[in-house]
Formats: sequence, structure tokens, C-alpha cells
Amino acid sequence: MNKTLSVQAIKNGTVIDHIPAGQGVKILRLLDLYSNKTRVFVGLNLEGKKQQKDLIKMEDTYLSDAEIQQIAIFAKDATINYIKNFEVDGKSKVDVPTSIKEIFSCPNSNCITRSESVVSEFKVHQVGKSIALQCKYCEKSFDHEDLESKL
Amino acid sequence: MSLKQKDLVSIADLSTDEISLILDTAEKIKQDPASVSSVLSGKIMASCFFEPSTRTRLSFEAAMQRCGGSVIGFSEARNTSSAKGETLSDSIKVISPYVDAIVLRHPKEGSARLAAEYSQKAIINAGDGSNRHPTQTLLDLFTIRECQDKLDSLHVALIGDLKYGRTCHSLVEALARFGARLYFVSPESLAMPQTICDKLKLAGAKFSFHRDLSEIVDRVDILYMTRIQKERFGGGEVQGDLSGCMLNAEKLKNAKPSMRVMHPLPRVDEISTDVDKTDHAYYFQQAENGLYVRQAILKLLLGA
Repeated sequence: MNKTLSVQAIKNGTVIDHIPAGQGVKILRLLDLYSNKTRVFVGLNLEGKKQQKDLIKMEDTYLSDAEIQQIAIFAKDATINYIKNFEVDGKSKVDVPTSIKEIFSCPNSNCITRSESVVSEFKVHQVGKSIALQCKYCEKSFDHEDLESKL
Repeated sequence: MSLKQKDLVSIADLSTDEISLILDTAEKIKQDPASVSSVLSGKIMASCFFEPSTRTRLSFEAAMQRCGGSVIGFSEARNTSSAKGETLSDSIKVISPYVDAIVLRHPKEGSARLAAEYSQKAIINAGDGSNRHPTQTLLDLFTIRECQDKLDSLHVALIGDLKYGRTCHSLVEALARFGARLYFVSPESLAMPQTICDKLKLAGAKFSFHRDLSEIVDRVDILYMTRIQKERFGGGEVQGDLSGCMLNAEKLKNAKPSMRVMHPLPRVDEISTDVDKTDHAYYFQQAENGLYVRQAILKLLLGA
């Protein structure tokens, strides 16, 4: 697939590029792109410059800052392209947030958040190249693979 | 600096100056217990133990009463609304207006942090599952400072169950703040968790792993022994050779004269009773210090 063509294929909207292969489906679920009426085009296992990548294009849809931070948990090197009249109107890199609320439940079965109605919250730490999420309550640390089944 | 109505959930919530304030206050109370005998008169502490405890509960209740305050509470969840299905957050909302502080032990990890969000009064974490037990850490720091005359740059070995022993995790993170050189002695199956080691690395702490305490006994200031928590193995046997984590008087012959042995107690067979008679044994003084440190915490949190 030609990278330029794939970006230009939507008239207006957002393209999330440079998603590590395998993480694109998780981001679709994270952003709830299955259930709403947004037209979404997905490329999986595409050839990237350094490694295989996934790519998501959303027509007439724009991401909030909070959503962009959530994407960083799964794809910290992703690029957000803003498309206007088939052209790239702007680009930004995702920022890894310092904390993330509500999105994930704690995988620790003995965490108090599993038995009480609590808004979950994780502190986000970058340990080398990987990202660790530490539950605010039980203080246990997890990587995003631990959190995958909780989406 | 004031700790009035501050929650004590995790040792990480305290600044180094706040830790020093608690230790200094405990030292004054130990030197002159009568000076605080009525300092909490008219105050009420709720002792909310949703799971059994002996020394922590008794020492907190004794601490409150020795400061002139009174205690209400329960020592198990069976006869509380929790057994009827009440959430912890509702229990805390009900109890907190009755009292001036709540001492909480609960089997769920993170329970104290949650309780602190719903309580109008100070929450003191007396153990939340396998997570934190900050008052144990404070009494350990107090005891180390007392027997070594300092907290900075000590060589401290932790021996035994470093995987499940919650006291160890909080203690090493606290000691790292004071520049301690740490030695972890355990079978591989009970080694210090990687997440704790990662935090220590970030804090710049130096540490090493060993299988037998004989490898390090001649170079440390503190041997911090722990019980192997066999209940964590679901009836199965602990994997690995535990002989290197057992202490007797013979193994202490190369220790520095000033070296002291500590243990959060209860001990089972990891410290032979012949160690009790040596000058190195310090675990019963450590248990006694729990009283003074908890008096200091209650005094400071209740603003007396």
C-alpha cells in the first residue's frame, strides 16, 4: 500500500500513523471506533520504514487531547495527521500522559477497585522503551499487555 | 511543618522531613512517656480491622490510650456491616464523623487509599493486603536510627521472603532515600520483585542479590530477617534452599559488634532462640518501639 495514497484517501479527518503492528486493533477498541458511525479505514501489518506498522484513518473525526494521550499507551511513537481537502493539514506526535483515568480496570484481582465502584486511575511511567502503568490504589505496576483484556 | 489531619497511606506520601519529624517525636515520647499521657484526651480513634492482627492492633490501641485518648472499633469483619455487603467507602463515610482518626487494616490492596478519599478524618493504613504497612516502616526506621545512631549510608541486608513480605518493599524504598547499600538474601523463588528493583534503580540505590546470609554478615549494620509466608504457597512447599536464610548464633561470629538483628515478628524458625541471648538481637526492642512510633503518629495527625 502506498503511504501517501492511504493518507489522501479521506477528504477530511484524522490519520493515526506509525502504530506498531498488532496495536491498531486495540486502538480501535480504545476509541470505540467499532460502534459509532464514523467511517474508518484500517491498514494492518503495512510496510514501515523500520518495521511493520498499523494505520487508522477516520473520516470527519478529530481526536481530543485525552484520546491522543490514551493512544500513546499503545503506540508512543504514533503520528497524528490532520487531513483537510485530501491534504495533510498538520501533524503531531502523541505525548505519553502522566496519568490515565477510567479507561482500564486494574488487573490485580485483589485490588479494592475490583470490588468497589471506583474510577480507576494509573500513573504512567516510562521505563526504558516500555511504558508501565501503576494503579493509584493497589500500587501494582503493569504493562499495556496486562491491560489488553480489560478493554 | 504540620501533619495534622494528613492521611498515612504509604510511606511514599511522606517527605523525608516529615519522616524525621515522626521519628524525632517518637524519640521524645520514648524518653519521657509521661509527657504525652493526656495529650489526646477527649479524642477517639476508630480501630477498624477487617482482618485479624495482634501486635499492630494492640500497639495502636495501647498508643491511643497511653496518650489519654479512647478507642472504638472491631477486630474482624464478621460482625460488621461489611459482612452484610456494605462497601468499604460507605463504612468509612459512616464511621468517620464519629471519630478523630481511623486506623484501617483491610485485606484488599488499595483499601486505605480509597478510604482516604471518603473519610473526613485522617486514615492510618495498618496494612492493605500485601501492599503497604507504613507504620511498620516508620518503626523500623526508628529502630535502625536508634541502634545505629544514624540513618544515612548504612549497609542493610534483608533476608527471607522478599517477594511477598510487604514490610520489605516499603522499607527498602524508604532506606533508599537515606543512601543505604542494600543486600537481598533469598532463594530465587522469593526474590525482591522486579518492580521494586526498578524503583530502587531510579532512586540511585545500590543493591545486590545473595543466596546465603553468610556472604554478607561481616559487612552489614542491620540484618533484617523475615518470616517465610508459607500461607502464600497454597499448601505447597517453598521452592528453593532456605538454609541460607536461617540465622543462629554461630553464623553471627563474624558480624560487626554494632550489627543488630531485626524482625517484624512473629518469627517461626528463621531466627534460632540462641540469637536472643546475643548483643545483636534487637527484635523485641523493635516491637516495643512500635508503641512510641504509633503514639507519635497519632499525636501529630491529631494535631496535639
